[in-house]
Amino acid sequence: MMEEGASALGIFLAVLGGAIRVGTPFLFVSLGECLTERSGRINLGLEGSLLMGAMTGYAVSLLSGNPWLGVAAAGGAGLVLGFIHALLCQQPKINDIAVGIAMMIFATGLAFYFGKSFIQPVAPRLPSLDLGAWSTSPVVRAALDINILFLIGVALAPFMAWFFKYTRLGMVVRTVGESAESSRAMGFNVNRVRMLSTMAGGFLASIGGSYLSLYYPGSWNEGLSTGQGLMAVALVIFARWNPVYCLYASLLFGGAAALGPALQSVGITWGYYLFGAAPYVLTLAIMIATSSAQRRLAGMPNELSRIT
Amino acid sequence: MSAISVSATQDAWGPRLGAFTEACAIPVIALVIAFVLFGVFIAAQGHDPFDVYATIYRGAFGSWFSVQNSLLRAAPIMLTALCTALPARAGFVVIGAEGAVVLGGLAAALTGIALNGAMPLFVITVMLLVGMVVGGVWIGAVGALKHYRGVNETISSLLLNYIAIAILNFLVFGMLKDPATLNKPSTFPIGDDNMIGVIGESSIHWGFVLALILCVSYWFVSRRTPFGFSLDIVGGNVRAAQVCGLPVGRLLVIACFLGGAAAGLAGAIEVAAIHGRANISLNAGYGYAGILVAFLARQNPLAIIPVAFLLGGIRASSGVLQRAHDLPDATVLVLQGLVFVCILASEMFYGRWQWFPAKAAVP
Repeated sequence: MMEEGASALGIFLAVLGGAIRVGTPFLFVSLGECLTERSGRINLGLEGSLLMGAMTGYAVSLLSGNPWLGVAAAGGAGLVLGFIHALLCQQPKINDIAVGIAMMIFATGLAFYFGKSFIQPVAPRLPSLDLGAWSTSPVVRAALDINILFLIGVALAPFMAWFFKYTRLGMVVRTVGESAESSRAMGFNVNRVRMLSTMAGGFLASIGGSYLSLYYPGSWNEGLSTGQGLMAVALVIFARWNPVYCLYASLLFGGAAALGPALQSVGITWGYYLFGAAPYVLTLAIMIATSSAQRRLAGMPNELSRIT
Repeated sequence: MSAISVSATQDAWGPRLGAFTEACAIPVIALVIAFVLFGVFIAAQGHDPFDVYATIYRGAFGSWFSVQNSLLRAAPIMLTALCTALPARAGFVVIGAEGAVVLGGLAAALTGIALNGAMPLFVITVMLLVGMVVGGVWIGAVGALKHYRGVNETISSLLLNYIAIAILNFLVFGMLKDPATLNKPSTFPIGDDNMIGVIGESSIHWGFVLALILCVSYWFVSRRTPFGFSLDIVGGNVRAAQVCGLPVGRLLVIACFLGGAAAGLAGAIEVAAIHGRANISLNAGYGYAGILVAFLARQNPLAIIPVAFLLGGIRASSGVLQRAHDLPDATVLVLQGLVFVCILASEMFYGRWQWFPAKAAVP
């Protein structure tokens, strides 16, 4: 009886810790995608930005010895990729979704190409805050060993919501996302707003990638990303284009992804690979449950309905 | 021959010839630009770009051996490209071919194991059909979800890829595992008798011919039948298609089913002609290469054949490139990405120039 309770608590703690650890890259990528989509553009290439960020961050951290420099360099790589994506998308007759897939292949190729020599060496990792120091239980301490990037992401979500709602620039982004024509009539430069939003989105996604290589799992290899960048697009739909909901959704997805390993850690190995699909099944189920063939999704920027 | 009849022929042929020239010239120019950019990239890394291109050519098309190798790699890519191309005619961006390949291959392997002992030709036929049906249902579901629930087809097909791979892993690491396969867990083999053979003395299997046949028949369906024409209308303007009374939902689901069937066949052929059993080798990226080929071919099933051969060659040269120049295997991925980006960027130039300006009208 006693043992069963302990293992249930163990699973819960492992899932909670996993939600935070695995959810952080989801958080950054989805916040980036949220910003880009609010301006009326979809960037499906964030998977490539994520991998490029992971590789750049790891390489710079290794060469400079400072992981934070790696995070900054990753952000720079994301800015460049976002710039290329935005530049292509603002040309006439270009399909945003196809460009996203192309940029994903291109950036993935670049990341693997330059990352080849960084697979072996060990780079300095990002520090973490041991918020569970009060506890003697190793499980609790493992769950509460929290990275600073996660805290930044947690702060960023309400900040972005505030930005959209109360700042002039945020309102400009939203206006451009709702109606390009009205924005032009009001004198806003639609392409420039979308360009900056896409670059900022790429920046955030790449930082999410640097978290992967510099903190958890904490090394660079070619199987590092398991589609987080692509799932972020689904996650933003689920979060109704609301940054704060993006935070909750990321934690939910992280928890789902941590379910398999958590069960394995208490000795349940059956269906390990099936539980690995939990985040994808969850996303699909949520999309089926919340989408509708008749009406536009609540909270969806109007300009997006032309693309999808 | 009077002046009037000459101008009448020109009026009929000028625009068509112009459209054809445009459809050939723009992708070729985009390809050249991509190759130049890649050359600069390679040169910046301290390699001789001409040397690298010579190696790629040798590895891809330099000898009969390498041509066969490229053709073998082109076969599944042709089929997965159809999976993107057919729904794309209706304006649908489906990127789920990878999952359909995996499940089609898995289903084919299970069929082969279950029917082991029956007449080989019968077993092979049923295997391929089952692979097609499973792939078709998998991608058909994407179309149904879009039509009945409004679920974005790009996202759902992508999620289904991951789910398909998880199902394969779950089964080959679990209940279907052949205990003899330790390094790479696989299903039991389908048996040597049930393998698809090669054509004559070559190393090209009959699956390649099937892929060719499918490309030609999908071209016929999309360009010469009312169904294909309806798809084009849906792709042009859904509202107009609905006003015309076209059954948009059914058209979408059928297009997705046919596309998925092609990708499922690719998986079944990989199992029946190459691996002989289902394992994670099915997840070799053919689905993603197919997306690239479909866009390069501008969703035209006939154009898919040469483009898939080109891409199959580039992918086949990856190994030689690694050995001869010490370049990482991701080099061809960079090249593929550059080609893809350039081809997409070239879309903006369609209709910008008059390739064969019409003569001034004869009074």
